[in-house]
Amino acid sequence: MNPHVAVIGVSQTRFEADKGYEAIIETVFKVVREAMRDAGINRDDLDSIVTSSVDLWDGRTASNQMLTDVVGSIMKPESRVAGDGLGAVFQGMMAILAGASEITLVVSQCRGSMGDHYEISNWVFDPIYQQTLGLDYLSAGALQANHYMKQFGISQKECARVVVKNLRDAQNNPYAQVAREATVAEVMDSPMWAYPIKEMDAAPISDGACAIILASQEEGKALSKNPVWILGAGSCLDSHYLGDRDLTGGDALIRASEKAYAMAGIRDPLKELDVAEVSAAFSYQELLWTELMGFCGRGEGAKILQEGVTSMGGVLPVNPSGGMIAGNPVTVAGLTRLVEAVLQVRGEGEARQVRGARRALAHGTTGCCGQGQYVMIVGN
Amino acid sequence: MNDHVERMVLQGKVDLPFTYSAGKTASRFFVELRDHQRIMGKRCPRCQRVIVPAQLFCKECFVETDEWVEVGPEGTLVTFTIVYRKENHHPKEAPFAYGIIKLDGADTSMVHFLGETDVTKLEHGMKVRAFFSEERKGHILDIECFRPIS
Repeated sequence: MNPHVAVIGVSQTRFEADKGYEAIIETVFKVVREAMRDAGINRDDLDSIVTSSVDLWDGRTASNQMLTDVVGSIMKPESRVAGDGLGAVFQGMMAILAGASEITLVVSQCRGSMGDHYEISNWVFDPIYQQTLGLDYLSAGALQANHYMKQFGISQKECARVVVKNLRDAQNNPYAQVAREATVAEVMDSPMWAYPIKEMDAAPISDGACAIILASQEEGKALSKNPVWILGAGSCLDSHYLGDRDLTGGDALIRASEKAYAMAGIRDPLKELDVAEVSAAFSYQELLWTELMGFCGRGEGAKILQEGVTSMGGVLPVNPSGGMIAGNPVTVAGLTRLVEAVLQVRGEGEARQVRGARRALAHGTTGCCGQGQYVMIVGN
Repeated sequence: MNDHVERMVLQGKVDLPFTYSAGKTASRFFVELRDHQRIMGKRCPRCQRVIVPAQLFCKECFVETDEWVEVGPEGTLVTFTIVYRKENHHPKEAPFAYGIIKLDGADTSMVHFLGETDVTKLEHGMKVRAFFSEERKGHILDIECFRPIS
């Protein structure tokens, strides 16, 4: 295929439990400035801007308005996605594919430290049938986890291995918030939060921001000696109500990934992809998502992890950055996956570089239990 | 230049009242709970699925549901969790349990509390039964919880 949209600049902050030493706009200014420097462009070169953030996590409403100046939007068109940053990239692509923009900035930011993450996530649920039950991202995730693990006979220890892998690999990622050698026993001994999810199975609560610069085919070739191209992209949504979804069937992710693979001409993702960055807020999700994206058969996510297929040095390393277990600012996570995928394809992954990576997958989700799913394939 | 400055923070609080309209379909669902201790679904005229809790339309066929159908009060436990981590927004003190329950006669499931927090006493696929709150207000919490049927 002939790719139409290039990623010509990327930047991310270090993820931290509390970035309260600087204001949100100070964080965002640095990350936008760095993405422009990476792309070799200035504010004047930007035709349009897309931001991604969620109001309650920002502690105000229409919260993107505080970002207008600092994302370079003055006297330019800007739109905002109240959801995952990888979803915002779809908006940026559309502006370019419509011919309305040659160069587009996509920025996502979140500060989990400002409020109570799980309490805020309770407000995601509809107020009529679900919110007053007290559901949140943790308890909803636990319902999905227990269903998945029962259906495919996955043990808590097998989920714990995801945590061990990701925390270990996060040590190679200078942007990680949590990174260390951990053991399965340590994960198993961490406090039970919502059966079967334990404290260490959950991504930390994080502050951070991320930015990328997209360019049209023409500008991508003109501005970059070796642009990274978006080869495939797919997005798909499932229902909101938890009882009216097949929580383990994962049709939304199957469809999103199949769309992305078809665009990129990929038939066997395990063989044809070199690295995947996956948005898993809980350990079980990395296993479930890798199955749904066709890296293995259903119920085999834990098996391929155990065999080292998804580890560094394996056939298809998943989350060399440590993934969301290493840092999890809401909405930033999916865009971070794309930044990591681009760095891998550029060969700039440093200690976490997968040798010879040419095609990388980035995955993002929005809502609870992966209600919204986004998949992108990037390559040279 | 010395980069160190005293760190200033401001405290804020979002505390805004809202009035949510349940709408015609959910209102009738709540009235049935309150007045008759009945759990109601609505059937899609095209695919015949009974959707519970009642919804205005079938998301698949994208037509209005028309026939009201009583379901339960017994059903099958699809999945469950027991919540141990305490949170401000919980309507009850942890530990407590949630289940996704497919009520007899329904084609979709509903999420609600379980009245059992001993993980060894909960099983996927077990039969459960709805118990109603003594004081009912026309609200999803008019169902107190679902308990395993021994």
